[in-house]
Amino acid sequence: MGLNKDYEDIPGTFVFDADRGREGYHLNQFCISLRKAPNREAFGADEGAYLDKYKMTAEQRQAVIDRDWNQLLELGGNIYYTSKLAANDGINFQELAGLMTGMGIEAYRAMMLAGGRSPEGNRYQHEWDEKGEK
Amino acid sequence: MARITAGVGCSHVPAIGVAMDSGITEQPYWEPVFEGFEKSREWMKAQKADVVFLVYNDHCTVFDATCIPTFALGCAPEFAPADEGWGPRPVPVVKNHQKLASHIAHSLILDEFDITIMNEMEVDHGLTVPMSVMFGDKGIDDEWPCLVIPLCVNVVQYPAPTGNRCYNLGKAVRRAVDSFDEDLNVVVFGTGGMSHQLQYKRAGLINKEWDTQFLNRLTSDPVSLSQTPHIDYLREAGSEGVEMVMWHVMRGALDDDVEEIHRHYHVPASNTAVGHIILENKKDQKAKI
Repeated sequence: MGLNKDYEDIPGTFVFDADRGREGYHLNQFCISLRKAPNREAFGADEGAYLDKYKMTAEQRQAVIDRDWNQLLELGGNIYYTSKLAANDGINFQELAGLMTGMGIEAYRAMMLAGGRSPEGNRYQHEWDEKGEK
Repeated sequence: MARITAGVGCSHVPAIGVAMDSGITEQPYWEPVFEGFEKSREWMKAQKADVVFLVYNDHCTVFDATCIPTFALGCAPEFAPADEGWGPRPVPVVKNHQKLASHIAHSLILDEFDITIMNEMEVDHGLTVPMSVMFGDKGIDDEWPCLVIPLCVNVVQYPAPTGNRCYNLGKAVRRAVDSFDEDLNVVVFGTGGMSHQLQYKRAGLINKEWDTQFLNRLTSDPVSLSQTPHIDYLREAGSEGVEMVMWHVMRGALDDDVEEIHRHYHVPASNTAVGHIILENKKDQKAKI
């Protein structure tokens, strides 16, 4: 009998479990390397050469180059790792969240100041399907 | 004899540390966040803790993906603030009570909690932000007013340890401290939370109602609260809300009968609901009188 991944029906959410940890291992190791200044400098000087040192998939590598923040999570990245790439680019946690939600930074900040995203209508995938949210 | 007298639950939002480090705590955005910790700082000072046992999580800073211990106990002489990508926080190095840490490690393992022992470790905002909010501004040349034993819990790669496991670990920490033969006042911090989701399209989730019942039940109904399944945290309090399991370690280490001394709740700090509570063992309150 397989594991019950009861968290897969939460909309707009990627729970970083052991399977995603396996898929994203090299991507995440690349991201965490950027917390050290000399590595940030080397990456900034030549992104391609720096990325060559990490055995990530072509898709993962492209998502890094594109700074496709949601796809990085879909391909096994974890937010605490990908936030190191964002920090390298001068993007903080709240700005990154604004980008991932598709709302944009200003609208996201305004939503947080107004009390955040309500759990109402945001608990189950079918609630998003019915609203036509993707 | 060493004794645990009180517990503190506290969010550890990194932006709170940034606000303190850059001196903007009086700005309208931050003022209500810090106002709720004014009483806490007075309480902390009066408490005269010798040691804080601080339960927190690393945020893929010191622990990369090569090794993910569920429970890692800091046994090193000291713990420097780590560079999380924008330079280390300008706060003092954290000093350990190394003999008590070794004693706890020994006791926990014989008590069947197979923790990982860290003889070298840096610490990230998960540990330093609760220190800053409870003790106030301290620069790199200052010292924290007490020693700190860090317990780092994996809540990043699912699954985190269950609330039940964390609660029972708190009980085991209590037994360990109770059996240490030095007169020490120990306060336990459980940190992280409250409701927040940092990632993907549902980022920004906040559930004040859920957080409030969590704070209420922490005092009155801790055993049943510790049975909360992970799916409830994830769905109701956001994917990063599962950090709240660490509060159960703190609650487990206290007496069954506690009194709520102080509470603070505010939305938002960056992406997160800031929650904070101070609990004292009732019998220690009597001892003070």
